[in-house]
Amino acid sequence: MNDTMSRYRTMTGHRLFWPAAVLFVMLAANTIYRPGFLSIELKDGHLYGTPIDILRLSAPLILVALGMTLVISTGGIDLSVGSLCAISGAIACMYISKQPDQNSVGVVVTALAMAMGVSLVLGAWNGVLVAVIGIQPIIATLILMVAGRGLAQLITEGQIITINSEPYRAIGLGHALTLPLAIFIALAAALLVAAFTRRTALGMIIESVGGNAVASRLAGIRSGRVIFLAYVISAACAAVAGFMMTANVSSADGNAAGLWVELDAILAVVIGGTSLAGGRFFLSGTIIGALIIQTLTTTVYAMDISPQTSLLFKAVVVIAVCLIQAPAFRARFSRRRRSAPPPAAIADKPKEQVPA
Amino acid sequence: MGKMRTQSAPWRAAAVLASVLLVGGVAACGNSDTGGGGTKDDGKITMGFSQVGAESGWRTANTISIKEAATAAGIELKFDDAQQKQENQIKAIRNYIQQKVDVIAFSPVVESGWDTVLKEAKDAGIPVILTDRSVDSADKSLYKTFLGSDFVKEGRLAGEWLVEQKKTASGPVNIVELQGSTGAAPANDRKKGFAEAIAANPNLKVIASQTGDFTRAGGKQVMEQFLKANPKIDVLFAHNDDMGLGALEAITAAGKVPGKDITIITIDAVKDGMQALADGKFNFIAECSPLLGPQLMDLAKKVKAGQEVPARIETEETTFTTEQAKEALPNRKY
Repeated sequence: MNDTMSRYRTMTGHRLFWPAAVLFVMLAANTIYRPGFLSIELKDGHLYGTPIDILRLSAPLILVALGMTLVISTGGIDLSVGSLCAISGAIACMYISKQPDQNSVGVVVTALAMAMGVSLVLGAWNGVLVAVIGIQPIIATLILMVAGRGLAQLITEGQIITINSEPYRAIGLGHALTLPLAIFIALAAALLVAAFTRRTALGMIIESVGGNAVASRLAGIRSGRVIFLAYVISAACAAVAGFMMTANVSSADGNAAGLWVELDAILAVVIGGTSLAGGRFFLSGTIIGALIIQTLTTTVYAMDISPQTSLLFKAVVVIAVCLIQAPAFRARFSRRRRSAPPPAAIADKPKEQVPA
Repeated sequence: MGKMRTQSAPWRAAAVLASVLLVGGVAACGNSDTGGGGTKDDGKITMGFSQVGAESGWRTANTISIKEAATAAGIELKFDDAQQKQENQIKAIRNYIQQKVDVIAFSPVVESGWDTVLKEAKDAGIPVILTDRSVDSADKSLYKTFLGSDFVKEGRLAGEWLVEQKKTASGPVNIVELQGSTGAAPANDRKKGFAEAIAANPNLKVIASQTGDFTRAGGKQVMEQFLKANPKIDVLFAHNDDMGLGALEAITAAGKVPGKDITIITIDAVKDGMQALADGKFNFIAECSPLLGPQLMDLAKKVKAGQEVPARIETEETTFTTEQAKEALPNRKY
């Protein structure tokens, strides 16, 4: 009895348990509403179905949220990612649209390199403002969030740039092993970031800078460089997300591409269990967070919830997710449920959590 | 630092002096214009126009149309881009009043808050024409007329075409609708007009309606789910071309042929949409034209001549089928 209790507690105590449970409940609710929700079939040699849509559409958000996770774990925030998506997509599409042969792989690679180059420079700009000049991250990145949208429109001349390039389209819609390529790109980025942060000391360094930048510097870590690096990585992730978004519809819309994705990304990071105060980050949690957000959006369409009520519906779900996920709330809730909390249980708790 | 601060005082004084001179200069210009206004009996009309901004291809085409029409009509145009800000527009209108232009025209950024500046124009005896968007002033005498699209009519035209097409249909016709941004006037009105028109045939039924935010990505994402949730979709009605264009990809990915398996009706008639229509991927587009320049210039002349004009004038708009799109496409400006 005691053994099952403790096993149950270890499982629910795992930081990924609650986000994963929420995702599971959402998928289950959708399946009850429409039994075909999870069905996948093979069409034209590709897997086709709502779960595949969710994975493909959440790929850009996963990328942006990965970068955001690193920035937030340094105690910062990057509001400019949405504008960066628009800029990178606009540059790539604009360059391709001006070329005689849009289907040439060389042209697409050049376009991607150019757009990535500009995005890295803009990321460095954010990094310099925060790490060198010492402006509050929310203000420093707000500059590029506002100005960047204008820049994207300047590049596209206020028009929607439509392109007809198969290699570029593949970034958003191509397939590999019957699955959308976008999923693999997001997965590769996640593994890359995970390898660099969790297989080397970088992750710990980032967390220590986020915990206390001054103390880390005094301990011999170049805090400024670490913070700078986080913003550059975030910009690079946003740039790739921008490629996916524009490739998905084969057109660059300076106005709409990546609009409000920064807020979704921050939400994904928070749902994933990363503290907004910095000092701790969970990449796997972030990915589940991004999947939850995309599933929520897809749920609204799949259940055909009217647009007037869908915002409220989303808000309620998000609040519920955040509360369920908060240990303080759960603790209070479970204490209320049990009229007389056995003191032993409370004494047990820290003991069990230490080894975990 | 201290030194810099003491130095900044003369700088500030110089800046103030410079701005005073500048303002004086502008005022002087205004005065000389006033002087010139007296001799303006050569019949040449001066129009002050304040544009919303340059937020879309539609808007850019609108601006170009107004500028070209002014040149063609021999009207002197003073053009101002408000960059989406009401205060810029109010400033521009006050400038036009001071310069004593003959007609003021503008596309209001927002609906409310225009009473004061419009009253100033009225007191100065300058007629005002609204274009594209309206204002909510209770006093309708503050402006001569409102020239713009009728969104309800656009939705109705789309619906009427469908009713005509499906009049022989015996079974139910399933329609899905991609709405514009929730709460936006074009979205509300187009939905309303379409619903009114298809009510004529009880077989026509909207089985799902979601917002795609007027964007291609939005239209695509929503259509993907529509296709999966509803095995039989006969018609797609999108509130603008862009959402329809996004939906095309979703329909193709579902193994269906857009324009054949699913009839597609949209509104706007921008170039990419017209191309899709000419290619047979769309079936029908109700136009929402930004090319209101010539009509505006005509109105300006009438108003200047003291003629009565109706309080509400609709932009000259049409509808396109595939054949008409093929004809119109080479001359399409936007």
